Amino acid sequence: MAIVLVRVDERLLHGQVILGWGHELRPDRYVLVDDDLAASDWEQEFYRLAVSGEAEVVFSTVDGARARLDEWRDDPARTILLVRDIPSVRRLARDAALAGLEVNLGGLHHGTGRRKVLPYLFLGESDLDDLRAIAASGVEVSARDLPDTARVPLASLVEE
Amino acid sequence: MSSLARGVVVAHGDVARAMVEAVRRIAGDAADSLDAISNESLGPTELRATLERVLGEDPAVVFVDLQSGSCGMAALQSCRERADRAVVCGVNLPMLLDFVFHRDLPIAEIANRAVERGRGAVASTLPHG
Repeated sequence: MAIVLVRVDERLLHGQVILGWGHELRPDRYVLVDDDLAASDWEQEFYRLAVSGEAEVVFSTVDGARARLDEWRDDPARTILLVRDIPSVRRLARDAALAGLEVNLGGLHHGTGRRKVLPYLFLGESDLDDLRAIAASGVEVSARDLPDTARVPLASLVEE
Repeated sequence: MSSLARGVVVAHGDVARAMVEAVRRIAGDAADSLDAISNESLGPTELRATLERVLGEDPAVVFVDLQSGSCGMAALQSCRERADRAVVCGVNLPMLLDFVFHRDLPIAEIANRAVERGRGAVASTLPHG
């Protein structure tokens, strides 16, 4: 399958993703999954500038991404899916749509009701509930900010 | 121009603070026209809010290290609807030094100068021949 990474990161496409993960995974396509961004042409332009032609950048709503998941899985082009928040990933994963994939928690910072779990990861109780539900749908959930750092499985995050 | 432009350096880790400190060591109090912001531990919303609080209502140039990242995005969002603000990506010391002594120029000219000075200062040499 050619979805090489599904990552939750509120910054979506940024240096860690383009340089850190991009160097490791050599993606042909970034899919930015965010309902608000999918409706904002000027913000999309900024994100396109970030990649500067090295890979295709696609913007999608959560529902739009669900409709194209099989296409991206079957496509030989290597795709990185970037999702801004955990509730959106839960919607994306509904009906086991992400079964067999791994969801990488890459960057969620301070927020109301969230506590620090890792230096780059702040989670609230509702986030943990969502992550448990995602994991129960056949998805491996773990945290890792960069490819060369240790993967922290969901079970360890819940214990933190 | 009614007021002098401010400069804000937004960068990863300690880069911004270190660059402003370096400007101070070279140019003295002229560095008071620069502020430094790190994106460390800040999400996109917090980073943008921090930047806008520092910017206030002054005309300004926002210098960022990487365009493709949270710093660049926050800067572009904060300056998008203000004709008296500009964003310069790929910040380096020569461009900041030029900025602090030319804050009286129109914003577009300040930004263009910064890019020219910054780019012009990047060079390679092969001293061994």
